[in-house]
Amino acid sequence: MIGISGVSHALGGAEVLRDITLTLPSGGITALIGPNGAGKSTLLNLIARILPLQKGRITVDDLDVTRSPSRDVARRLAILPQSTGIPARMTLRDLVGYGRWPHHQGRPTTDDHAAVERALAAMDLTDLAERFLDELSGGQQQRAHLAMAHAQETAWLLLDEPLNNLDPRHARALMERLHILSREGGQSVVIVLHEINHASAWADRIVALKQGAVLAAGPTAEVLDRALLSDLYEMELDLHRTDGHLFVQHYRRPR
Amino acid sequence: MRARLSLLALALVALAALYLLFGLSGRIWFILELRSVKLASLLVVGAGTGIATVLFQTISANRILTPGILGFDSLFMFLQTLLVMVLGGFGYATLGQMPKFLSETALMTAAAVALFGLLLGRGPRDLARMLLVGVVIGALFRSASALMVRLMDPSEFAMVQGAMFASFGAVNRTALAITAVLSALAALAAMRLAPQFDVMTLGRKRAVGLGLAYDRLVLMALALTAVLTAAATALVGPIAFLGLIAVTMAHAAVPAARHAVLIPAAAITGASILIAGQFLFERLLGLQSSLAAVIEFGGGLIFLVLVLKGKVR
Repeated sequence: MIGISGVSHALGGAEVLRDITLTLPSGGITALIGPNGAGKSTLLNLIARILPLQKGRITVDDLDVTRSPSRDVARRLAILPQSTGIPARMTLRDLVGYGRWPHHQGRPTTDDHAAVERALAAMDLTDLAERFLDELSGGQQQRAHLAMAHAQETAWLLLDEPLNNLDPRHARALMERLHILSREGGQSVVIVLHEINHASAWADRIVALKQGAVLAAGPTAEVLDRALLSDLYEMELDLHRTDGHLFVQHYRRPR
Repeated sequence: MRARLSLLALALVALAALYLLFGLSGRIWFILELRSVKLASLLVVGAGTGIATVLFQTISANRILTPGILGFDSLFMFLQTLLVMVLGGFGYATLGQMPKFLSETALMTAAAVALFGLLLGRGPRDLARMLLVGVVIGALFRSASALMVRLMDPSEFAMVQGAMFASFGAVNRTALAITAVLSALAALAAMRLAPQFDVMTLGRKRAVGLGLAYDRLVLMALALTAVLTAAATALVGPIAFLGLIAVTMAHAAVPAARHAVLIPAAAITGASILIAGQFLFERLLGLQSSLAAVIEFGGGLIFLVLVLKGKVR
């Protein structure tokens, strides 16, 4: 369980998060949705202690993220930040190997090597392991970073807009993998999503943020409400149910 | 990777032997002693500059930055000119070499940590700002030095000019020993931190996510860079460009290497370049130039070749 209480955050004088109190239960996929600038990424980065916490308190299970040793947090929680380019020339296996850093601190054991191979296999990357990152496609790079986070073998996996720059096929494949990780691997996944339909298809819970505050939080079916979503994104949209699947039609103004 | 590193080390040993033994005649032991002192200072300064540049490039996440580009040399010149100005020519000349060396090292280390810490304080993301501030600070120190030079009498000015070019001719042995110990300690610390520097190359967010104490590591790397550069500069004077060439060649020699290999590689290439440059300067050019000119000419050519071959990314 991730507990967030009384968290506020200001960037350059502007208030990005206002007094957020929220509980994210363990298990399954939790999607953070909301318009641009709602504070989704900021909240995720605060949970992963990448941004310093200004006000409030955040706990991951029993760890206070700002007070606990960073290494302990890294063994509890892995984050896939928004892609900011790839590091200098490095093979895929090397990159995934860094996921084991919190465990071995520079001296990998056979356990660590085995974990890297498991992560490569889980992401279908074993064949590409010796390739350099800049020789991979965007989808493969995203998978490589996911494999790195996976190799960290943490209870929590946080992802910041991982579907950016992915085509529909790779986006769906990534969501399927996250689904498998949360079901079979027992990992709790928290993911920032822009496309609500991915949340509709895969998320167990949705947290909707608007202007730095929680507008709604709950099971996917409850949050996916026409009035609520229209208010959230400040635009009219339609909800369609086809074959038991809820589809949010936001591409055209409803007639 | 280890094999390539050994090859580099072998090349260094060969260069050192060439430097020591070339054209040896007459009072052999006397000459050998003189040459070994020079060789030792070349090794210490070259290796220190190489390591300092690797660390600086890692924390600034940039392959073309060196501590020198950010005004280190002009800071050194400023200090020299200030000393001559304040103490007068006679005072400067009679200044004990040891106190001068020690205070210069301490002052430059402090100034560099303050300056670079300020520049990197908000992270290496704002590269343009950092470069601009570095260039402005460099220009500021140079102008301040130029102003002081104008107010001096000619004999004092000659002293400033003497300090302006790197010289291995009259190295104080005690200062050399201290620099060697300081540099060795800094190199050891850098090697101990090598795995952490590897994580740092993933970028701040990923590194913090993996539990790396990022900001503390940046500060430590800055301190190491400052100590290495300050000690080397105080010992022999500024050699702009050396670090950049050394690290570029190290990258070309051991591509995609981790810091545990890259740091020694840059130390070896740095020392090799200096020894080769000094050899050319002393024996082939008959001291008719400056070491810096030799290094910048030769090194610049190598750098261009590497850039054109696309090995620098």
